[in-house]
Amino acid sequence: MSQIALPSPDHAILQRRNDLLKQLKKLVPGATLITDKEGRRTFETDALTAYRCLPLAVVLPQSTEEVSAILRFCHQNHIKVVPRGAGTSLSGGALPLEDAIVLCLTRMNKVLSIDLTDRVARVEAGITNTGITEAVATDRFFYAPDPSSQIACTIGGNVATNSGGAHCLKYGVTTNNVLGVRMVLMNGEVVDIGGASLDAPGYDFLALIVGSEGQFGIVTEVTVRLLKAPEGARPMLLGFGSNETAGACVAAIIAAGIVPVALEFMDRPAIHVCEHFVAAGYPLDVEALLIVEVQGSEDEIDTFLDKIGEIAQDFTPLTVRRSQSAEESAKIWKGRKNAFGAIGQLSDYYCMDGVIPLSKLPKALDEIGWICRRYRFDVANIFHAGDGNLHPLILYNANDPLQLERVELCGAEILKLCVELGGCLTGEHGVGIEKRDLMRVQFSEVDLGQQMRIKAAFDPDWLLNPGKVFPLEGQRTQ
Amino acid sequence: MRVGFHAPDTVEELAYLVAEAADTRTPLEVMGRGTKREIGRPMQHGAVLSTENLVGVPLYEPSELALVALAGTPLAQIEQLLAENDQALPFEPVDLGPVLGFGPGQATIGGVIAANLSGSRRIHSGSARDHVLGVQAVNGRGETFRSGGRVLKNVTGYDLGRGIAGSWGTLAVMTEIALKVLPAQREVRTVLCFGLADQTGVEALCLALCTPFEVSGTVHMHAGLAEHFSDQEIANSGASVTAIRVENFPASARYRSSRLKQMLQAYAPALELDTMRSRTFWDEVRALRMFQKTSRPLWRISTLPSTAPKLIRSIARKIEIRVAYDWSGGLIWLETPPISDAGAVEIRRTLAEFGGHATLIRAETSARAGIDVFQPLDPPLMALTASLKRAFDPVGILNPGRMYPGI
Repeated sequence: MSQIALPSPDHAILQRRNDLLKQLKKLVPGATLITDKEGRRTFETDALTAYRCLPLAVVLPQSTEEVSAILRFCHQNHIKVVPRGAGTSLSGGALPLEDAIVLCLTRMNKVLSIDLTDRVARVEAGITNTGITEAVATDRFFYAPDPSSQIACTIGGNVATNSGGAHCLKYGVTTNNVLGVRMVLMNGEVVDIGGASLDAPGYDFLALIVGSEGQFGIVTEVTVRLLKAPEGARPMLLGFGSNETAGACVAAIIAAGIVPVALEFMDRPAIHVCEHFVAAGYPLDVEALLIVEVQGSEDEIDTFLDKIGEIAQDFTPLTVRRSQSAEESAKIWKGRKNAFGAIGQLSDYYCMDGVIPLSKLPKALDEIGWICRRYRFDVANIFHAGDGNLHPLILYNANDPLQLERVELCGAEILKLCVELGGCLTGEHGVGIEKRDLMRVQFSEVDLGQQMRIKAAFDPDWLLNPGKVFPLEGQRTQ
Repeated sequence: MRVGFHAPDTVEELAYLVAEAADTRTPLEVMGRGTKREIGRPMQHGAVLSTENLVGVPLYEPSELALVALAGTPLAQIEQLLAENDQALPFEPVDLGPVLGFGPGQATIGGVIAANLSGSRRIHSGSARDHVLGVQAVNGRGETFRSGGRVLKNVTGYDLGRGIAGSWGTLAVMTEIALKVLPAQREVRTVLCFGLADQTGVEALCLALCTPFEVSGTVHMHAGLAEHFSDQEIANSGASVTAIRVENFPASARYRSSRLKQMLQAYAPALELDTMRSRTFWDEVRALRMFQKTSRPLWRISTLPSTAPKLIRSIARKIEIRVAYDWSGGLIWLETPPISDAGAVEIRRTLAEFGGHATLIRAETSARAGIDVFQPLDPPLMALTASLKRAFDPVGILNPGRMYPGI
């Protein structure tokens, strides 16, 4: 089995389980409490399915008051709490612990208010990412960050991991699009951080909370910025004979002063799998494919695509094709957004999320190829090229414990490479349990010590989502 | 530690000084070049620690949209380097120097981030802190730590860089900052209306932001402020000014401004400024030129656009004020007569009713000593503030008391 250890459970809690759950039921009769084995099984893992653990219980509250009561109870009884949205974390961020209660927010999924004059919406944390845009789409507004799992993942989970997406090159990630949260601290206290205005008084707690992986408090409400939809958008496909020329073309587009709304990269294996799965119309005779999307009026789109087409000519493109219709555009994006799923049809895969400086792209792809060959795995590369966020998908057989162990080592080498090249371990998936033990590759003990002191400022007893983000032995010394 | 002014040449030396100050419990006044040292509650400090000698740009990769600067690097130097490469800081930091008695462009990048100074482009491109990719900083223990990095996307560990932004040097001394930069806009157009009342002006600005034209500047100013602008047509208008900025490549900027002009015809006849006149106008907005001539108290108020005109009407019933709205009304610059409390009681009472928060940017020391310069926080948030301060600066030596008593 695998390398990553879970913290050892508190046996006193396990022994008192029945009694504690009875008290909890009485405390929040309105909340759904799941205690049976089969019910808990649904929550034993997230999208990092190699790890599983049955929690003490699962509770699904319906209000901030209930969340507050649950946390106060857990605080008094020293019970650990693992927050969860839709459970789409690719880093094991919502992995339960044996002695922890999973607090799942999917029943809190209402839109609380929409204000198009001030261009903000206040929603409950369990609403899906797409659910927000759907609520304002008839007025041609939208919520910008668009992680691939957006149909399922919740805004609360997006806040926890500071989610990005294909269009964040232009619109920024979650931290750039959230204005306020209502959060329940571990002791049950409810705090409002930020609000609907564009900045907040005092320290920027919101900046710390976004991306804190559920370790500071439980966010129950989120105020997000809404943006007016562009007049139109159109993607263009650019195919190249090598990863190097595709990477150089990305740099040239940005250096020319054009920041497209999205700039996605797929290598040959990824193109073939996606084309087979979705029939998106991708060219099959190229080594690397860029999907470049621009927005604006028809004239603006044409001008930008002309310019990008001109720049691409310097890199001997094998394919230059603009989408001719809304249907074709949708198909092009369908291929990209379903890429992980398509590869999943073919094989189990381990999805990496490292980031590199753009100029290191050819070197990174080359080295990733070597690393995977050394571990005898095939790899497909799909990533957000504009911001250097790589998603190598390493193909392996999850039912073979030896392969699981090897694929983790292979992935760790790739992430170390990203850090060596001047990048980082994770661009949008979070550290979770998966990359916890690699944190020392990127950070010194002093760096980690400062982060952990902030964790302790919010949650002095380390009861919220413990065992994640930081190397375990470091957590023990705090 | 030695009383007086310390401006170390290296990060190591700076960290050593902070550690020494922590050992001896010596409160430090932390600053860059000190252009904003008059903002905040008056402090008692044992020594001054300046980052002004930490100057340089160790990394700038235009095609990666990333720039790393030492904290003491003058903003003007960074902006010049970016301009040479047709790039810019997307958040267009407001230059507080001139309203505080300094020349333009003297602030350091560390000071800009420590105060989270964002200009008119905030509504389109985000704030100063939004563009922080990573920092190196020294905490109140004298430890040098890093957070984030230099790549555009990074969720590895907590986001301390953005967390420190806007903390006015009270949490850590930033020594190096990595920023996201963007291509500069080649064509700029401004559509102006004169003589609109606040309510109507702000309404027009909000309407402009509900178009798909990527509006990147929205200000509305009271009649008495127009005369301070160098553009003669604006200066001679003698009326309130409502201005909307659009950008992009030339044909697109022209298209966008013509569409906005059509929209504004419903309010008043609109004037259009070309790129050169637009640049001058927005540079002057950025330097708060309309408030440079006086030394009267100046407030920065953050609220909702839909609330702003009502809020101002209510304050104006009690105090004679001059007002410029930015961020389509979400940000208000408000000048009061030289009264002893700088209008604090009235302003904060009105804010409590309408929602929003205020920071006193310019005032005599005596006024700053007697009132809350930064917006007072609710007790739960104040308790968190104290915890966070301790997590960075356990003995309280970094700009103690500048924002809040005991912080």
